Amino acid sequence: MGFDGFSESHPFLSAEAMQGNLELCFQLEQYLAEISGFDQVCLWPAAGSHGELTGMLIIRAYLTAQGNPRKKVLIPDSAHGTNPASAAICHYDIVPVKSNADGEIDPHEIEKLMNEDVAALMITNPNTLGIFEENFKKIADIVHAKGGFIYADGANLNALMGVVKPGKIGADVMHFNLHKTFATPHGGGGPGAGPIGMCDKLAPFRPTPVIVQKDGKFALDGNRPQSIGRVKAFWGNFGMLVRAYAYIRECGSLGLHNITRMAVLNANYIRKRLEGTYHVPYAKPVLHECIVNDKIQNQYGVKTLDIAKRLMDYGYHPPTVYFPLIVPGAMMIEPTETENKQLLDEFCDALIAIANEAKETPDVLKNAPTKTFRRRLDETRAAREPKLRA
Amino acid sequence: MDTPDNLRYTKEHEWVRIDGEIATIGVTDHAQHALGDIVYVELPKEGETVTREGTFGVLESVKAVSDCYAPLTGTVVEINDTLNTSPERVNEDCYGEGWMIKIRLSNPSELESLMDHRSYEKFLKEESN
Repeated sequence: MGFDGFSESHPFLSAEAMQGNLELCFQLEQYLAEISGFDQVCLWPAAGSHGELTGMLIIRAYLTAQGNPRKKVLIPDSAHGTNPASAAICHYDIVPVKSNADGEIDPHEIEKLMNEDVAALMITNPNTLGIFEENFKKIADIVHAKGGFIYADGANLNALMGVVKPGKIGADVMHFNLHKTFATPHGGGGPGAGPIGMCDKLAPFRPTPVIVQKDGKFALDGNRPQSIGRVKAFWGNFGMLVRAYAYIRECGSLGLHNITRMAVLNANYIRKRLEGTYHVPYAKPVLHECIVNDKIQNQYGVKTLDIAKRLMDYGYHPPTVYFPLIVPGAMMIEPTETENKQLLDEFCDALIAIANEAKETPDVLKNAPTKTFRRRLDETRAAREPKLRA
Repeated sequence: MDTPDNLRYTKEHEWVRIDGEIATIGVTDHAQHALGDIVYVELPKEGETVTREGTFGVLESVKAVSDCYAPLTGTVVEINDTLNTSPERVNEDCYGEGWMIKIRLSNPSELESLMDHRSYEKFLKEESN
């Protein structure tokens, strides 16, 4: 498919000369607002973590304008690891929130921690256990009652889109990962795009410029006195915006809804097939990803790292391991919507075969990988004695 | 897991050895085992104040970066410099050469909040379930 008009456009073009680009951005903002339930969307942040930072800067700017930026940000232990970093860069102290036995945030815990020193609660929903925070609305109400904000980490939006609108259940600002949810495979290596959605209350503080439509034409409005300013040179990672736009148009609303359903179905299928062979630490059904760990294999002296390395011998790129931190030896499996049943079965068969090897011939795992170009790398030495020049 | 009976412990898996008003602090065998190979240790400076349950340092392993929480309030009187160049000491000898900091206690009554080795072993068992 050719996009000559887009590929030949230049960042220095005047607004007049890039009407098509601006129209695409303008419409994409509206689509994302519709999908997420937010009043407004800003496309400029270049990655999920950049979206987090932008969102937290907006919250801080709002609170500062009210007279008190506040001191703390609450972050559950099941949130994405970038959340504390984003809040800390905005000069907030991080208060960790412990998950309960079901792997969810306990509203009572939030009630205890929430006060007028707390600027925001950053929630990843579904959280990194793949579990939907069922008390999201209730928790949001507790935070709002004390004048705080809910930052929603929308990296896992492929578990909600077409089914739940975070902006309608209490989230005030949220980033999207266009490079995960909209077209690019997860872990594709970038570039990223981390637009944010926000409620009208926070919108005066959104980054500039803002694309506006006037007399049938599109223009860039930089006259926003309360704005936190520019967050990215030029126009975000524009190529990613084109891709997300095309993806949304191609899939349509029903298609996006089905993507979510398939992502959730696939993760639960894997979870069911692996249950018993691998330890499943949380009993609740998951959304788009499932967590298993090495508790059963530990008795044979085999660890998650060995299992992950052995998967490479079976031709699979191993999943994220040792995250989330609240599950010792975690393996986080996110099949996404794209895999069919045959591929899911082959992957599960490989993991089940590896579990058998762990029992019968554990050394095979400890020496893995054996079929790759490089054998097991010494990660410890690489970290302790980094050699950064050739 | 090794849990010497002459030490006190926290739920965050730090150990404390009391010697008069000086407390030596490190992480437990369970902690070093769970973290895996430690590749970097960040410690406070001598003279800094650490507060009970506040962070006093950072351990980075091949798996994760973890904060270390002070079991007691006090002033740092000595740090284990050798961990800068030999972080593996924490793995090899967490209760000995892998100690992290020594503090002068400012509130000895906080000692009561710490666990003895029996309670800590029990806590570990509960946690693993």
